Amino acid sequence: MIPAQLDYVRPASLDEALRILVDREGEAKLLSGGYSLIPLIKLRLAQPALLVDLQSVPGLDAIAETDDALVIGARATHRDIHESAVIRDRYPGIVDVAGGIGDPQVRNWGTIGGSVAHADPASDWPAFLLAANATIVCRGQGGEREVPARHFFVDTFTTAIEPTEVLTGIRIPRRAAGVGGAYQKLERKVGDFATAGVAAIVRIDAGGTIVGSGIGVTGVSASPYAAVDAESALAGKRPGDDAFRAAGQAAAAMSQPVSDVRGPVDYKRAMVAELTVRALRRATERALAFNG
Amino acid sequence: MTTQHVSLTVNGQPMEADVEPRLLLVHLLRDVFGLTGTHVGCDTSNCGACTVHVDGRSAKSCTVLAVQASGSEIRTIEGMADGATLHPLQQAFWDQHGLQCGFCTPGMIMQSAWLLEQNPHPTDDEVREGISGNLCRCTGYVNIVKAVQQAAGQLSASESAPVAAAATVDAS
Repeated sequence: MIPAQLDYVRPASLDEALRILVDREGEAKLLSGGYSLIPLIKLRLAQPALLVDLQSVPGLDAIAETDDALVIGARATHRDIHESAVIRDRYPGIVDVAGGIGDPQVRNWGTIGGSVAHADPASDWPAFLLAANATIVCRGQGGEREVPARHFFVDTFTTAIEPTEVLTGIRIPRRAAGVGGAYQKLERKVGDFATAGVAAIVRIDAGGTIVGSGIGVTGVSASPYAAVDAESALAGKRPGDDAFRAAGQAAAAMSQPVSDVRGPVDYKRAMVAELTVRALRRATERALAFNG
Repeated sequence: MTTQHVSLTVNGQPMEADVEPRLLLVHLLRDVFGLTGTHVGCDTSNCGACTVHVDGRSAKSCTVLAVQASGSEIRTIEGMADGATLHPLQQAFWDQHGLQCGFCTPGMIMQSAWLLEQNPHPTDDEVREGISGNLCRCTGYVNIVKAVQQAAGQLSASESAPVAAAATVDAS
């Protein structure tokens, strides 16, 4: 498959990239790792006139903890994230996500910013970012703004980012004592999109009560969603399978799966419920073992 | 449509060409440079037959534009053997019958080479995970895993050989 004719530029700075996006608005499309965009261009499902490759823009791939956040640069690859010492040490839920995306070559090149901006309805990062109440950092010529993940994923392949903005990073609230996260995905085979995927974050207080949670679900709706009904079901409960199953039912009830090669609607709903339970079990183990 | 100039290093040799920006790296390698060892299999980023190294990272060259790779160092299957001496991975695929039709083999070997650079002593499970982006429709993978393990043993033995030789000299 041969892409349609296109033009290509490789700006050397963020300012230059932003200027090109403004000058060529409606024609330009940002290129990061390319492992989502180039297949679409080859299939001619996307036909941008101009690709703006971010590979030479410096400073977009750092991964660091600040006082209140884990900040992941947009151009950090899934592999960079999976191998990051701070993430390996403190964010096992993120390790779950990064290690299960695509296959090794995809993880070598695909980036978190590219994946999030692409907003495939079955992609993995959105589920976790919704669960974690992350924010998406977008830079335009007028400055920077942070969009909560819960307002970012608008529809299938559609986000709140403007065509003249560059997604520069992701801010995930810094993990505190008693907090744990996990991601559980069902896929038919390596590299397939998720049949369903559920990310869970729980916060458990010293008395052993769930005082906060986040549940993000992917693959079973037009866009990944936060299962707020499941979060309500968990509030104030003792962690355990009774509470987890109620949350799983609530998360599944919010799904809107379609029947396709990955399974019928009822099956997908059942999988959302089960994956929610499994993610909550693992997140709880991690929360109880983490003292900050 | 105007062309763009790309210059890159392929298996240690500086190469350049004027290409349409839409040209894929795999087609640059095969059709422009004549390096047909890199295969096009599925052409949809699934099968891994087109795997090459770009600046030391394994990549599916059907999913990279040639212009993206400009300035990079590329390593392909043609860069693996040392003259008439096969690379240990090539020899191991031969010895262990790690191929039948051979179509996936260049990609398998390039991905395995990257894997062994990251993890010189993988378990069988780690080998299977490492080549999970490469499809083989003939072998069932058993002999491919054996081949990668044979090469892992040889590569790590050859790395420790100079140390062993030096120790022998010291002892004498």
